[in-house]
Amino acid sequence: MVFTLGAVCLVSSALLGAVYRVTAGPKAAAELVKKTFAIGKVLPAFDNTPYEDMFKIPSADGGDSLVCYIGRVEGREVGTAVQTWTMKGFNGLVRLMVGFDAEGKIYNISVLEQKETAGLGARMTEAAFLDQFRSLDPGAQPLRVRQDGGTVDALSAATISSRAFCDAVQRAYDSYLNHKKGPASDAVSGATEVQ
Amino acid sequence: MTNWQIFSKGLIRENPTFVLILGMCPVLATTTAAMSGMSMGLATTFVLVLSNMVISAIARFIPDKVRIPSYIVVIASFVTVVDLLMAAYVNTPGADGGPSLYDQLGIFVPLIVVNCIVLGRAEAFASKNGVWPSFLDGLGIGLGFTLALTLLGAIREFFGAGTFFGLPVLPASMNVLVFIMAPGAFIVLGYVIALVNRLRKS
Repeated sequence: MVFTLGAVCLVSSALLGAVYRVTAGPKAAAELVKKTFAIGKVLPAFDNTPYEDMFKIPSADGGDSLVCYIGRVEGREVGTAVQTWTMKGFNGLVRLMVGFDAEGKIYNISVLEQKETAGLGARMTEAAFLDQFRSLDPGAQPLRVRQDGGTVDALSAATISSRAFCDAVQRAYDSYLNHKKGPASDAVSGATEVQ
Repeated sequence: MTNWQIFSKGLIRENPTFVLILGMCPVLATTTAAMSGMSMGLATTFVLVLSNMVISAIARFIPDKVRIPSYIVVIASFVTVVDLLMAAYVNTPGADGGPSLYDQLGIFVPLIVVNCIVLGRAEAFASKNGVWPSFLDGLGIGLGFTLALTLLGAIREFFGAGTFFGLPVLPASMNVLVFIMAPGAFIVLGYVIALVNRLRKS
């Protein structure tokens, strides 16, 4: 009895081991494609691998640190993608990738993970909502939905999700700004170091 | 029962979703779109066919006391194989940056292991029959499940998002959101079960 069960387990684990070895490569490649895809969407064209050109910055209001990826063209920095989050979504966590161009304006935003209501808050992934953020400068005009006296058009019937979205983007901007102004980093951006 | 009857009973007459009402969790959760319903159905079919075949082959060597644990180990292994394969090969994001198929199905792929259809067929059919009939049984029940999930997904996607397998058919102003949300799953499932029962009896 023990022998049979043991034999079944042994054969099964051998099978799993074999499949794991075969799929480990393609699986890692798929994860990398997903990540590069999200970065590529939110940054101007670049010729380096931002996935390897990464650093962590502390979140402006405490909490988890944010991961940043730098896009460069011939070594010159063209933008930074900041992976940010908010817990204020209608169903909690929302994760975004926010790309800032060299002047610190929003280049584009991509939604990495959200659990908002399908057809309402989940429409934050659509270009119709995302495009209004392009080339905004959250430093000049803090991101708020119209209902709160801001300029962002909230998704219809999903003000909470839209507020959460703004919260995440603002967190990315504030943390990125702190990092650029911070004593530890040189304010001129990485260009001088590289060339 | 002829081979054809073994295969075809799962499609309508003993359809796991509409007639046996088994495995409702993935039916309700993954049918927000026709494509994700169909993928979930095919993943389950893959597990069902392989676990049925292996269990029918090893059933007579397994003592009665460890029967269920052994079947679960076999089923769980094939589910993990599907999960690994899907993570490797259907894990690229959509053209518009939407989630990959693997991300859409999420936790429901590993959860195939607790789908009672799979263990149910192992107990009720594969353990008492040969490899070939068990293959046909798994394929028939699996395709019946796929058919049901695709149908429900297509109906919910059509009314809720105005698309058919991602192709736009209705203007956005005609979308009825409730179909995509959880209550819509129950409503559509209820009506389709009623319809299938009506058709079966006439």
